Amino acid sequence: MRSARDQVWITGIGLVSSLGHGTAAHWQKLNVQGTPRPVIDPQRFAPYTIHPLAGIDFTKQIPRTSDQRQMERWQKIGVYAAGLALADARLAGDAPLLERTNLCIAAGNGERDLALDARILAAAGPGGAWGAYLNQGLTAGLRPTLYLGQLSNLLAGNISIVHKATGSSRTFKGEEMAGVSAFANAVARIEAGQGELFLVGGALNAEREDALLACELAGALYNGPYRSVWQRREQGGGLVPGSLGAFLVLESSGHARQRGAVPYARISDVLSSRSRRGPGDASAAAAGLFSRLRLNPKAGDLGILSGASGAEPATAEERQFIASLAQRGVNPIVRAWGSMLGHSLEAHFIAGLALAALAVSNEVFYPPFDTSEVESACDVRPDRILVTTFGHWRGEAMALVQSAW
Amino acid sequence: MGSRMLDPKGRSVVVVTGIGLVTSLGIGVRACWERLVSGHSGVKPISRFPTEGLRTTIAGTVDDLDVTPLSAHDLSLAMAEVAASEAIAQAGIGRVGHFPGPLIVATPPSELEWPHLNRLVEVPSDAELAGYQRILANARSGAFADLARHVRFAAIADSLQERFGTEGEPLSICTACASGATTIQLGLEAIRRGQTEAALCIGTDATVHPEGLIRFSLLSALSTANEAPHKASKPFSKRRDGFVMAEGAGALVLESYDAAKARGARVLAVVRGCGEKADDYHRTRSRPDGTAIIGAIRKTLEDACVAPEEIDYINAHGTSTPENDKMEYVSLHAVLGDHLARTPISSNKSMVGHTLIAAGSVEAVFSVMTLGTGVLPPTINYDEPDPELPLDVVPNVSRPARVSTILSNSFGFGGQNVCVVFSEEPA
Repeated sequence: MRSARDQVWITGIGLVSSLGHGTAAHWQKLNVQGTPRPVIDPQRFAPYTIHPLAGIDFTKQIPRTSDQRQMERWQKIGVYAAGLALADARLAGDAPLLERTNLCIAAGNGERDLALDARILAAAGPGGAWGAYLNQGLTAGLRPTLYLGQLSNLLAGNISIVHKATGSSRTFKGEEMAGVSAFANAVARIEAGQGELFLVGGALNAEREDALLACELAGALYNGPYRSVWQRREQGGGLVPGSLGAFLVLESSGHARQRGAVPYARISDVLSSRSRRGPGDASAAAAGLFSRLRLNPKAGDLGILSGASGAEPATAEERQFIASLAQRGVNPIVRAWGSMLGHSLEAHFIAGLALAALAVSNEVFYPPFDTSEVESACDVRPDRILVTTFGHWRGEAMALVQSAW
Repeated sequence: MGSRMLDPKGRSVVVVTGIGLVTSLGIGVRACWERLVSGHSGVKPISRFPTEGLRTTIAGTVDDLDVTPLSAHDLSLAMAEVAASEAIAQAGIGRVGHFPGPLIVATPPSELEWPHLNRLVEVPSDAELAGYQRILANARSGAFADLARHVRFAAIADSLQERFGTEGEPLSICTACASGATTIQLGLEAIRRGQTEAALCIGTDATVHPEGLIRFSLLSALSTANEAPHKASKPFSKRRDGFVMAEGAGALVLESYDAAKARGARVLAVVRGCGEKADDYHRTRSRPDGTAIIGAIRKTLEDACVAPEEIDYINAHGTSTPENDKMEYVSLHAVLGDHLARTPISSNKSMVGHTLIAAGSVEAVFSVMTLGTGVLPPTINYDEPDPELPLDVVPNVSRPARVSTILSNSFGFGGQNVCVVFSEEPA
């Protein structure tokens, strides 16, 4: 049930990535004209490339060392970005509002103790009998609090502890679609009057081998000389992970007006599907979603922030979908932020929404993020931006971000 | 269809029309319930892996499903399928392979287990690589794609969606040991806002493996009463010394009252309301004054439009840890006051153990059975009451009682507190 009264507004953004921290740094680095320059590290995890997190002083958002000690890096990245979003929305330190702030978090698991794993595996040797040795190795070697750094919902838990946001707390899982689920849940609840104030986001620490392993097992990790997401197909495709934290404050327009909060943008739609991914399934599913969008006007220039990961065949399916838009009279102007920030799984969709909100509020669209034919220079004043994501394995989703005015 | 059945706040009334269950007590609601109300324990010595050198060697494992080789993903999925099949069959909803609503499933961590890591490291690699470099090099061959399901966070949801034909994007949830309750809350809210007429809500957890056990052991959360496994889980008793890990899955079919009535379905219970409140105190402990748990209970009663005095039975979170049971008592007392002394409260975990991610779902199913049968399941192993927790825990033997409104509590690490109120079908 959609309330005619209230819109869903983005009133705060928190972003940290390989490009830096905060909205201003991202806006500036993504708007440099000329050849795009993503920050990559091709050596540390060779043959894999990753986008490393920019140097960040976590104590600025997580002042207590006792808190930091009990978090793994993905949680620190997330808690830091969440703090930026809360501050940006002028909620930081406002106890009565934080007490009513609902958390919708997208998360995977935290990191393992890689050195311990390696020690146990090496000591056991090929075909080694586990049993008592494994029990003893884990009992003696695991840090007691490591599990708290691994549990999916402990990003949310740490946000509650550090930032005091405690209205409610839900964690959604499932790679790219986790971000969609978290965001869609907040939007649906605001529209139905089931909540007014939400903190939505996720974080990825790409700089760890267990995370790379998960992508590799899924057959989705790019392995070759660095290319943008649209240019990896000849090398077999694959995602290049990027460390990133992305958080949004979502708010009912009525609530925001009452407290004098200024919106970046409003959300007019978020839609998702889960095709079985036979050939053509994902692009057909996306076309179905597009038909349901409340797009007005239905044709003409349309800025698209694409969440394409570079993984195949999902990325080819997305290109097919984008190409099909011409038949509808839509002129898509595409930018895949994964080429600049890397792919950030659970946080990826949220990051795209954040970039869309920035562009809408600045009334300027981004220059091309790569040099392929998919992204062409175009002066478009973006009062509406479509944000897409095709999960590397499952899930298709899109959201329409529009000017709030 | 005529006018909708609305609650006092003008929202659609939401009901349970199907339930399904797998626990350490057995497979199926009936088998589990009969053993539960007769006070049986499903806790036993762990036999699936060597327990030498472990402080805790017991658990409420589910050993009756044929899953080989065993893994958290495969057993969690198998249990969820059994529970969901039972719930859907009872509800008689949809058609084979099509459930007319979304899937909302709470699942355990997705991670490689030691046998998987061992497989990955054992393969000879060309280079002299060790540890994760060696594992990654081996994984690049693509020969281990069968392990992907263990590290895909929505793999269980994906399989369940394919099997039962649920609609839309399934939700995979983690709110730690409150997860099962969160699935019900998400389903309730979706039906109330008119997004769907039905939802399939499942919680499943099968993480009794060496690392799963050792993690909780290192947090000093587990009972070490290994010598008498069935006596180890002793919620609210003076000598309680931790919870007992357990496995299980619970499934509930939620529907709008109108949709259920329109198709002539039997209403098992009404989901009156849900509420939650996050704690900002500590990663594993509640705020000492109980503020967050109290907040969750109050918000739940407010959402359900139920006064504290209307609660006539509480299905406790009751983990048997010193911390939980004390905080649960303190918080309930703050909200229910003198009425708490008159309100029976029991912990299913005294018999099934703590099914973690699945606990809220398993206990919701038992709550629905309590309403339907008029029998309060006992808290077993209540041999020495904790004088600081003066509660009617339905000690040791079940009790017939007329129950029309039940509060079910679920609390988890990370400050998660979710409660649900179930009641009888409106007259």
